[in-house]
Formats: sequence, C-alpha cells, structure tokens
Amino acid sequence: MYEKDGKKYFVVDSHLHMWSAGPDNWVKGAEQYAKGWIDCFHAYQGLGPPDTHWPIEKFMSYTHDDFEKDVFEDGGVDVGIFQSTYLKEWYSEGFNTIEQNAKLFDKHQDKLILNGRWDPRDGDAGLKQLEEDAKKYNIQGVKLYTAEWNNGSRGWTLADEQCKPFYEKCKELGIKNLHVHKGPTIWPLDKDAFDVKDVDHAATDNTELNFIVEHVGLPRIEDFCFMATQEPNVYAGLSVVVGGLMYARPKFFAKVMGELLFWVGEDKMLFGSDYGIWEPKWQIDGFLGWDFPSDEYSDYPRLNEEGKRKILGLNAAKLYGIKVPEGMGVDSSDPPARPDDAELVDSATA
Amino acid sequence: MASSSTEAGSHCNHAASVPGGTEAVGPLREQVIEALHSVYDPELDEPITKLRFITSCDVTADGDVDLLLRLPTPQCAPNFAFLMGADARRVVNRVPGVRTVTVAFEDHYTGDEINLALGRGAGFTGAFPGETEDDDLEALRELFSRKALVARQARICESLLQEGATADEVTAKTVGELPDSPLTRRCLELRASLGISSAEDAPAFVLASGEPLISDQLPRWLRMARLVQTSLEANGGICRSLLQVRHDLATEPEESAA
Repeated sequence: MYEKDGKKYFVVDSHLHMWSAGPDNWVKGAEQYAKGWIDCFHAYQGLGPPDTHWPIEKFMSYTHDDFEKDVFEDGGVDVGIFQSTYLKEWYSEGFNTIEQNAKLFDKHQDKLILNGRWDPRDGDAGLKQLEEDAKKYNIQGVKLYTAEWNNGSRGWTLADEQCKPFYEKCKELGIKNLHVHKGPTIWPLDKDAFDVKDVDHAATDNTELNFIVEHVGLPRIEDFCFMATQEPNVYAGLSVVVGGLMYARPKFFAKVMGELLFWVGEDKMLFGSDYGIWEPKWQIDGFLGWDFPSDEYSDYPRLNEEGKRKILGLNAAKLYGIKVPEGMGVDSSDPPARPDDAELVDSATA
Repeated sequence: MASSSTEAGSHCNHAASVPGGTEAVGPLREQVIEALHSVYDPELDEPITKLRFITSCDVTADGDVDLLLRLPTPQCAPNFAFLMGADARRVVNRVPGVRTVTVAFEDHYTGDEINLALGRGAGFTGAFPGETEDDDLEALRELFSRKALVARQARICESLLQEGATADEVTAKTVGELPDSPLTRRCLELRASLGISSAEDAPAFVLASGEPLISDQLPRWLRMARLVQTSLEANGGICRSLLQVRHDLATEPEESAA
C-alpha cells in the first residue's frame, strides 16, 4: 500500500524492469549500441527530480536489494508486473530477460507478476518457447517489442501474417494481456515506426486479447488516442508519461493527461513507473497530489480520487485478476470521466 | 569537440556568438545561420536552431562550411535525422559565397551511415542500402507536414474565436485575411509544400486533406487539432529535456511550439 495524507492506496506498477546493462554484458562489436542504449535510458532518468538520479554505474547494474527497497519499501507497490526486454543483439545475456526477472520473481511470488515475450520472426521455435515459459512462470501477459532487431531484420508489426499463430497460442495458454512497446524508431527506417495502426488491426481481429500500448504511443499520442477510442480492448500504459513529463514538463503533462482522460478514459489507463528508469515513489506521490494546474485546462475531464485509484492499481488488477484487499476498491456506480462524444473520430484525420 | 561550442545552437539568433568564425567571414556565417533557421525538425515542426541541435558551425574565408549537428539521444530516428541533415546541406549550399558544405551528426547510432551518405550527396537509400526504398522520404515528410499544418492552423483559429469571431466567420476567412504573423507564414509554407493553394482568396482553414473546413466541423476539428498539438509539444518537450540533460545545457522556460 502507498500511504498519503492518512489514506491508503492499492498500487499495481504495470511496468518494471530488472536489467543488466554493464560492460560485462555488452556483445563484442556492438558495444556502441549497448552503451548508447543504456546512456539513452539514463538521460531519461534525468527528467525526474534530481534527488532520484543515480550514477551511471548503478544505473547499469542495480541490485535486487535496490529493487526491493525502491519498489516495495519506498514505493509501496503491492504488485509489480515485470516486462521482459531481450535486445540480445546488443547484450550477451539479454538486457532484461524472463530468466533475469525470474530470479527476483522467485523471491517475491506474491508481489510480482512475470510477463514473457514473443517475436513472430522466431516461428515454431518461438511458439514452443512461449509454451514452455507460460508453463514455467504462469504467464498472463507478454511484452511485444516491435522495433527489436533479429538476424538482420530491424523490426516487425502486429499486423504481420506471422503473428497470427502467436495470437492463437496466447488465447490457448490464457495469456490475455499484450503490452506493446512502440519505438524507438529503429525500423522501418523509411516509415513512421511509432505508427499504431498495427495495434488497431490486431485489436480488431483479437477481441479476447487486451492490448496495452506502453508509453501511450509517445510521440504519437494523437494516433494512439484516435485508435484507443474505437477499440474497447486497447489500454494506455502511462510509463514515461508520468516519469518523463510530470516533473520535467508539468504543463505538457497536464495536457497529455487531459487528452488521455478525454479520449481514452480513466478506466483504461494503467500506471507504470518504468523502474529502473525512474523510482516509483516520487511518481506515485506526485500523481496522488496532482491536479490540473490552472483554469486553462477547464474543458478536460476532472480526475478525482477514485480515478486515481483506478489508474494506480485497480485497472491493472482487473486485467490480471489480482485480488484487491477489502476497502481498497472504488464504488463503480459513479460515472467515469469519459465524454459522450469521444467516438466522433471516425474521420478524425481526414 | 570543444565545450565552448556546445551552446552554439541556442545562440544562433546572434550569429557572432557561434564559435568557429573570424571577423572576415562574419557576414557569411550570419547568412549561413540565417539559412539554418529555415531547417525544421519535421517531426516536431520547430527549427533546428531553436531546438539547439547545432553543435557548431565553422565557416572559412574561402566559403567552406563545416556543420556539426546533435540530437537528443543516440537512438533518435535515423529517418528524421537524415531529413534534417539533407535539408541543412541544401539550404547552406544555396547561400551565395558558400563553396563546400560538410554536415555531420555527432554521437548517433547510425551517424556513420548518415554522414557518409550526406557527404556523397546520396539519398536515404544510399545511407541504408537494402533497408529502404524511399530515397527522399517524401511520404514521411508529408505525413508530418499535414500534422503540423493542422496543429498550427488550430492555434490561429483559436485566437480568432477568443477575439469573438463565430464559427461561420472563422471558416469563411481567406488566406489574405489571416493576421500576418510567424504562425501564418509557417502555415503558408506548409501548405505550399503540400500543394495546397495559398492564394489570397483560398480558404484560410483546411482539413489535413486540403479540403476547406466548414463551420459544422469546427468543434470536432479543433478538439482533434488540439490533441495533435499536444502530441507535438509533449514530444518536443521530451526531446528538449533529454538534450538538456545529456549536454548539461541551461534550462529553457517551458513553452509551446512557436
């Protein structure tokens, strides 16, 4: 529980990592990419409050102890969801693999959920691996990383034909939450790699699966919003939105939140700290205390305490079947902050 | 790179303060910097000078220009990087008195490929053979020009509404009736690049497709345009913050794209 001003909040952090990015894990010949990647993440940490910045050495190789303190003790996170990111072309043992995450998961099975991954380019071997991972770790979700390099290919899309057997396998295995990371723009080089049309396509075809778009499609929030409005099984993952904007660019944060509340709605937004990029504590604390800074934002839907409870934990709890302790839920009879006219976007880009 | 040159981009309005020049080439450097103001980050719709993407700009007495560019992260999109590099090269080449132009990106994961291709004057295909068939990235540029046009028109439109104009009055306006401002001029540039008429009697406000906006569509169009604008601004905000953190730059006030 996170406690603020005498009130307790149930927190599900839907986006956590336990990575290994030190020089000992860099692939020979690809050091510049491995270093560039973690340097880039480290710069993102710089967008949080100065007293939460870490030296690069710690940032590359933080420990289980750091994680337990930052996430569980200081952050008050009740349940955390691990998102795996492999990047084996750059990191010998992988950047943040399911095996790495599993070591911590084994210690805290009551507090952590382990998500797997798949890559359609792995074909039958990938399907077999997914089946094994699902059995071993009781997986309910996967992180899909469409920009990842793989044997000379620089990425893929959710609309690719080769994804179909993977969607079917997910349904068969009870994996219903697909977290989609859009970007960074590594591929396709000549198009817009943040394009979310492929999510639209997959979500329409697979209504029994949930698609959580991590980082709300940043930097293409507009495309994401138009799409999410029309697809009931598409959700907004707020990692980077809170961490990257709330402290560094508070006005833009307010606008982005206002737009998300208008187009997507508080029932479909999920808090994620993106730890170890940012510690959860300042994000949760700031978010609970947050309101629109001035009247300038008066035509956006308001966000009250109930809405914050949903975003901080209850929405994710619903998707993952997490039991919410007595008294920590909300009375759902109140209408959510969703406008009636948000579906008026069919011809939005025309 | 000398640390004294890292602030060059932010001082481009005052060309004399950009390191690398001598008094003899001062006027030429000023013209080069002036030309660079017209190079936009296509994704953010802001000039690269204002975004502080210029690390240094050296001009010799013979008219040889050496331009070093930087982006917020080493993983920034190669396609947009290429467009900015190629545009910078093109506008500087047009400045009278310029003999040669070298454009290079520092600290970028595809910097070698991009710099070599820019050096040869090759297109995007030349930088990434086998990975793209789109040599001039026109489709990408067009997509973002349309977004930028929507966002900028909406700002003009909102200020007219705030001044008391009705929806019918706003949508009846022509290009010739728009206030003469940097915002309007940028809209007209974008229209020209998209092949949308900028004639005095052309409609002032158009949909992303170029069709005239009609007053019934105004509320929804504005709502949508504001979202596009928020997206551009938030994206630009993150880019600025990252660049600032990585290069230890002085803080700028939080601002919207102007």
